Amino acid sequence: MIEHGSGAKVGSGANAVDEHTTEVDDNILVVRDLHVSYATRSGSVAAVRGISFVVPRGKIVAIVGESGSGKSTTSQALIRRLASGGRIDSGSIEFEGRDLGPMSERELRSIRGGRIGFVPQDPSKSLNPLMRVGDQIAEALRLHLKLSKAEAATEAVRILAEVGLPDPDARATQFPHELSGGMRQRVLIGIAWACNPQLVIADEPTSALDVTVQRHVLDNIDELVRRHNTSVVLVTHDLAVAADRADYVAVMSNGEIVEQGTTEQVLSAPTHEYTKKLVESAPGLASKRLTPSLTVLGEQQQSSAGKLFTHTRPAQPAGSSTASGAVAASAASSGADAAEATNILEVSNLVKTFALRRQGGGSQVLRAVDDVSFVVPRGSTFSIVGESGSGKTTTARIAARIASADSGTVSFDGTDVTSLSGEALRQLRRRVQVVYQNPFGSLDPKMSIEKIIAEPLRAFRVGDRTHRAEVARELLEHVSLSPTLAQRRPTELSGGQRQRVAIARSLAIGPELIVLDEPVSALDVSVQEQILQLLVDLQVQFGLSYLFISHDLGVIRQISDHIAVMRSGKVLEAGTAHDVMSNPQHEYTRELLEAIPGQRAK
Amino acid sequence: MTNLRKPGFVLGLIIIALAIVASLAPQLLATHDPFESVATDRLLPPSAQYLFGTDNLGRDLYSRVIYGAALSLLSASLAVVVGVVVGAVVGLISGFVGGRTDFIIMRFVDVLIAVPGVLLALIVVASLGFGPVSLALGVGLGAAGSFARVMRSQVLRIRSEEYVEAARTLGVRSPAILVQHVLPNAARPVIAMAALELGTAILSVSALTFLGFGAPPPAPEWGALVSAGRDYVATNPGLSIIPGAVILVVVLAVNRVARSIGGDE
Repeated sequence: MIEHGSGAKVGSGANAVDEHTTEVDDNILVVRDLHVSYATRSGSVAAVRGISFVVPRGKIVAIVGESGSGKSTTSQALIRRLASGGRIDSGSIEFEGRDLGPMSERELRSIRGGRIGFVPQDPSKSLNPLMRVGDQIAEALRLHLKLSKAEAATEAVRILAEVGLPDPDARATQFPHELSGGMRQRVLIGIAWACNPQLVIADEPTSALDVTVQRHVLDNIDELVRRHNTSVVLVTHDLAVAADRADYVAVMSNGEIVEQGTTEQVLSAPTHEYTKKLVESAPGLASKRLTPSLTVLGEQQQSSAGKLFTHTRPAQPAGSSTASGAVAASAASSGADAAEATNILEVSNLVKTFALRRQGGGSQVLRAVDDVSFVVPRGSTFSIVGESGSGKTTTARIAARIASADSGTVSFDGTDVTSLSGEALRQLRRRVQVVYQNPFGSLDPKMSIEKIIAEPLRAFRVGDRTHRAEVARELLEHVSLSPTLAQRRPTELSGGQRQRVAIARSLAIGPELIVLDEPVSALDVSVQEQILQLLVDLQVQFGLSYLFISHDLGVIRQISDHIAVMRSGKVLEAGTAHDVMSNPQHEYTRELLEAIPGQRAK
Repeated sequence: MTNLRKPGFVLGLIIIALAIVASLAPQLLATHDPFESVATDRLLPPSAQYLFGTDNLGRDLYSRVIYGAALSLLSASLAVVVGVVVGAVVGLISGFVGGRTDFIIMRFVDVLIAVPGVLLALIVVASLGFGPVSLALGVGLGAAGSFARVMRSQVLRIRSEEYVEAARTLGVRSPAILVQHVLPNAARPVIAMAALELGTAILSVSALTFLGFGAPPPAPEWGALVSAGRDYVATNPGLSIIPGAVILVVVLAVNRVARSIGGDE
């Protein structure tokens, strides 16, 4: 379809409504030369710049792109629900042969929800929290199919069953907050399909869900497509999801479709540079651990001397000169210069419980971390993988001594640090640093980049102002950012750049262990790959050890030496990355591995 | 910067600029000596020579209004400074320390807010003696409660921000976190509120000087000028109305500019 989706073919597609019978030209949606722009204070900004594609009946067309590519704008423009300031400048959107562009709001309303369904991204915000889910489905049915109240209620239950909710009768009477994220998304899918639409637009329908849930939800969409012969426009950032599910793929970048064709063509023989890059960096599709890049290995040989901030490392004289360097000093003396402990971090039998208040009074204890033990060998990457609620982040926070455990011990470099507090704990920060998931939240918006990076140095009174500024600039280069960014604020940087700044900051004081809590989850895939490569390079350059937390086995595979799989607070399986990935022992690990999108592409 | 394209904002700025000049260097704007009485020119209507007319002692009302700006605006500004500083410190401590300290401090703040501002100001003025400084202290303390609440809510919000936790894990000490992270990020709403409060403070100060709690005569405070014109309201209403209108215009200008600073449009 798409590759010859211009000229005569599109023209005939426009008449598809009169010719349902001719299968070949049966395009439900024909988009021609669509331009969309947003009005901003500084003039209008083009978000979509002349895209054309068609959606054949009963097929799934994926629009793949990274943030800012215009993919979401496209999906909103298709049903004329652009965010404020958005405007369709030119082009046509023909749905069943009629152009939606000039249509009145009134006509559009009968099409939206009736003929065209919409599955939104965030299931936690898209349902009315005060309405029972059954009623929310029934609302669409009564509006578009003019069903009676009783008919709509029965139909709603049938739909809930169809989207795979167990015990649909009971579920229909529940409120959204009583359902899990996956169930809520199924309800939204049910609403989208409620009126038996010709076309469903799904904007990142599974991005907010865990991988195993994502898989089931996507399976469910597949099934509905087959059963109802619905067409779907699947908007996603995840090429692997598109690879698994779509018949056709259109890759968007900077408001343009840079490549489109059948899924097979695009993935196996990408022609555009951008698509190639995207295919290479998709974590679900990549399969190897990243190796340090050559330039770093070269530098490694001539490093140590001349590097400004290596002087700040505790192992060197400057570090131990701090009078109150309790941990550094005690570690040095207990280690007795003989040999550093082979394991930089050992945690054993960690337990952390939270009291949950139940509705009917009384409380229940949640064992967020349940008897967790592991060791992180020096200079390697130990990863904890798990889905939301698995306890992986809590474990990492305890290991980093941000949170405290109910019982169990954390020992760093052979020294028990479980109950450090006050100044001793502060001194531990010289050796253990943390990089957070959200680079938009972890940097103070009021500070300059230079100040942010130099903050640990300032906190430990290392060097004077000019020295710290120099170190900050040097660190910027280490994380491949231009030193000219030093005076900018975080808000002026992209997500990937901010995460680089956060990494630079964690390096400033010369730590030995860095705890990375989902450091790439908030980033676009092509940026993810760059950051992971950076982490691998820095690890070699500075002899760092990583405790890496992620929900994404694809990412974990690229960086880990050892892996622990967690669920419900327990470590189900642990071992070397190779063993866990190629020969998973626990059933849940296998399920996780199978749920990684992109299987079909292999 | 887009504010500078809005005529209301620009007009407000001009009025405030004039008011500032009047309070710092009144001789630049005044046409007469505000204390000199010309016996033959009593209770004259506005004219080219006397822009706002003259009062019952033959003093130029325009010049008295200009010279009055210093006392009225400076004590209003001082009041806001007192309110912001006291309120911000209390709110900052309350929000950052939390727990029992927070509880106790906030109950005191509740009491402070429960007492009407003017009444509180009267109490302070009565115990410290009449005059522009004690007036400012009184009005400022009256406003401190709301500042404390705003500051505390900001601190509570920022305390849970990830960059604050990040700073802690970087090894930054608590006082440094407070000064480097919490305060700069909490400041904006407090500053916006301070700007709005300035208008209210001008009104409160004028009201109290109208009642005679300010500097003793013949000091030309705005409220006192309105008060002095009261006796001639039937024959020369301008004596009260003109200083009143000046107060009104300045307060409006301050509020208009404050609204833009607060990003409230």
